[in-house]
Amino acid sequence: MTVQANAGRPDSAAPPAPPAIELRGISKAFGPVQANKDISIRVARGSIHGIIGENGAGKSTLMSILYGFYRADSGEILIGGQPTAIPDSQAAIRAGIGMVFQHFKLVQNFTVLENVILGAEGGAMLRGAMTRARQSLLDLARDYELDVNPDAVVEDLSVGHQQRVEILKALYRQADILILDEPTGVLTPPEADQLFRILRGLKDQGKTVILITHKLREIMEITDTVSVMRRGEMVATVKTAETGPEQLAELMVGRKVLLRVEKRPATPGRPVLEVENLTLRDGQGVERLRGISLSIRAGEILGIAGVAGNGQSELLEVLGGYARASGSVRLNGQPLDLSGREDAATRRAQGIGHVPEDRQARGLIMDFSAWENAAFGYHNAPEFQKSNILMDNDAIRADTVSKMERYDVRPPIPTLAAKNFSGGNQQKIVVAREMDRNPDLLLIGQPTRGVDIGAIEFIHKQIVALRDAGKAVLLVSVELDEIMSLSDRIAVMFDGRIMGERDPATTDERDLGLLMAGVVQ
Amino acid sequence: MTAMPKWADAVLVPLISLLIAFVISGLVILAIGENPMEAMRIMVSGALGSTYGWGYTLYYATNFIFTGLAVSVAFHAGLFNIGGEGQAGVGGLGVALACLYIPWPHWSLALAAALVASAVFGAAWAAIPAWLQAKRGSHIVITTIMFNFIASALLVYVLVNILRPTGSMDASSARFAEHLRLPRLNEILALVGIPFNNRNPANISFLLGLVACVAVWVLMWRTRLGYELRAFGKSEKAAVYAGISPVKITMAAMLISGALAGMMAVNTVMGEAQRLILNSVEGAGFIGIAVALMGRSHPFGVLLAALLFGFLYQGGAELALWTKIPRELIVVIQALVILFTGALDNMVRRPVETLFLMARKGR
Repeated sequence: MTVQANAGRPDSAAPPAPPAIELRGISKAFGPVQANKDISIRVARGSIHGIIGENGAGKSTLMSILYGFYRADSGEILIGGQPTAIPDSQAAIRAGIGMVFQHFKLVQNFTVLENVILGAEGGAMLRGAMTRARQSLLDLARDYELDVNPDAVVEDLSVGHQQRVEILKALYRQADILILDEPTGVLTPPEADQLFRILRGLKDQGKTVILITHKLREIMEITDTVSVMRRGEMVATVKTAETGPEQLAELMVGRKVLLRVEKRPATPGRPVLEVENLTLRDGQGVERLRGISLSIRAGEILGIAGVAGNGQSELLEVLGGYARASGSVRLNGQPLDLSGREDAATRRAQGIGHVPEDRQARGLIMDFSAWENAAFGYHNAPEFQKSNILMDNDAIRADTVSKMERYDVRPPIPTLAAKNFSGGNQQKIVVAREMDRNPDLLLIGQPTRGVDIGAIEFIHKQIVALRDAGKAVLLVSVELDEIMSLSDRIAVMFDGRIMGERDPATTDERDLGLLMAGVVQ
Repeated sequence: MTAMPKWADAVLVPLISLLIAFVISGLVILAIGENPMEAMRIMVSGALGSTYGWGYTLYYATNFIFTGLAVSVAFHAGLFNIGGEGQAGVGGLGVALACLYIPWPHWSLALAAALVASAVFGAAWAAIPAWLQAKRGSHIVITTIMFNFIASALLVYVLVNILRPTGSMDASSARFAEHLRLPRLNEILALVGIPFNNRNPANISFLLGLVACVAVWVLMWRTRLGYELRAFGKSEKAAVYAGISPVKITMAAMLISGALAGMMAVNTVMGEAQRLILNSVEGAGFIGIAVALMGRSHPFGVLLAALLFGFLYQGGAELALWTKIPRELIVVIQALVILFTGALDNMVRRPVETLFLMARKGR
């Protein structure tokens, strides 16, 4: 295998055709943080090139530079061998670069056609553009297996189809180079397979695809070449056929990594959480939870598998104390009030810790410092008060220093704002806060979303340790790998219902995938 | 991602914005055929060149401190309280009632009562929009604006029909008893041997304004309520997750905001006019928005911005008195200051950031 030890230097022997994209010595700093350090990379035309790295390794920054969101402090971008300046995204589009973001940028109540021409109307009147776009959508659908009804309203489409609209948008703008940022995060396994088929089709038509991901399996499955980033540097570029997941993981983290979670068999005790017939209607009167029943015992991890948006979030919200529902929930035998009289603070006092699914919108106040966040939700605790009114900020800071040390939060600076930590370290702050109080029940949603491999390993160990300490854990994740390796029992949710329970030892991805799609009862 | 040191962010950027605003104001003055340097000289000497000028500057600044703090507190909770004008007006009614209808033996007792009354009245006036926002989702910007008009009408009614002494043609209340007059700044400064002009309205309320700055700082950064308030202002979703009640915080923030705006009336009604007159707030409630914007909602910044606007107010009055420059021009200058320090903040910030980055690299 050929690991290019210092990717900072281009090969001495020039390849015959110019690469689709070549970056030379790209550097970008945000204040004291060097996000990209002298990055050089060549992406061959008509290939699928994976970029892998931990969160905060600089992948997104690099792609943002390529798409004109940031300007590099130094370095050069060559598109098809021509030095090209990309001051903004318009220039990127002109250079033939299309980007599919992790969070889609679609107007939900527009049709597919309207979304595709948005920003590329080509005149004050829409009629002409609509007709042209309709024709080219049909052509693209034929060429690349990208079937979407042009007149469907985006909010009615499944996530997989919305993603196709994003790809169509890029192709409609004549993109030759397609960048996809963590594209499978929101997809079911069958949808991901479909996406990969589309990407292969694009490649066969001579398009160049750059795939940013943290999932080693996807890299191995679909890419031709893979570049590994670590701490702002490009540490290696290798042919995918000549490497393996273990080596890539090691390159990403800089040390050997355990990809499987090591745990002893569970020894379940008394029931901690008993949920019966839990039903929730949202503001529009739509049933989001349709009679959920489940129970978790002490010393047990119950994993909830399912495609995002099938009621998992609502389940966590009800148990976490900030959504009303009907039905019965008992914690340690005591019934909980679900009518809205008890709030999230009550739940914490009752012994429920809660790592929310969306740490940036719920779990943390991004502008608050780490120490202010480390007390968030527990800021009423007696040890954090100086008097009835005044908080004891010194006590909170001291507690934060200790938490940061025990949960390996880096950098261990309590005064740093949450937004300046990497995703993994942000999550460690939340996990430290919610686990450190030794809750009887831990609700944990998407524990490792946007979290780097090193931190995933750490967080998984913490979850298992909590279980081994005799606590109950409700794990919600869209990552099947994570559900399969952590759970002692797996329940699959679809459309607000539990479709079935499985033993992780006897089930497989196919079986779960069918349940997740609502196929078998 | 901090590209520049904190002091540059807090002081340098507003200062440059201010400079640009002044330069453009100078061009405007030039355009109407007056000498900008002369205008500047008149403003500075009129507002800061004598203790008389300082007295007026501090008197106006006191109003702006209270209304600026009021806007800041609500702003930290993510609420835009445009109703400072009405809350201060109604606060003035509280002051008048407290001073007219209870025979206080000493001004200090009356001051305490007036503070409480103005705060309660101001808070009550803010409570209705706050309640509508918290419970019904009626947008606080709209409701507080509407409440300004209601307050104005209410005050006219009360002054004309209830508080106006029989036989008086003037829509204002009776004068407060002479012994309730608040100590003027010159009397206070005389205690420590500093001579100060006695023909200006600056009074003990300025010191209360300073106390209010400290109190708001403690509230925001040292108390649990302030913590919850700031958290709610940054992210309502996260606040709910943490068990912070949106209703409680919306009410608390607006009550405190209304109380601060109301307390401004102690300065104008009790400190200066010594009776309740029509339109005693004179737009200070709206200036408070600019003051909070420029002061970045930090009590110390609000203090500095309030002093600046006090200077602009007094300097502008002098300008109108000694030149042919109309008083309205001062509104133009104020608008430019707001435009550059508030709305166009990034226009100055970006280049300054770039400069700091270049300087860092050069090292």
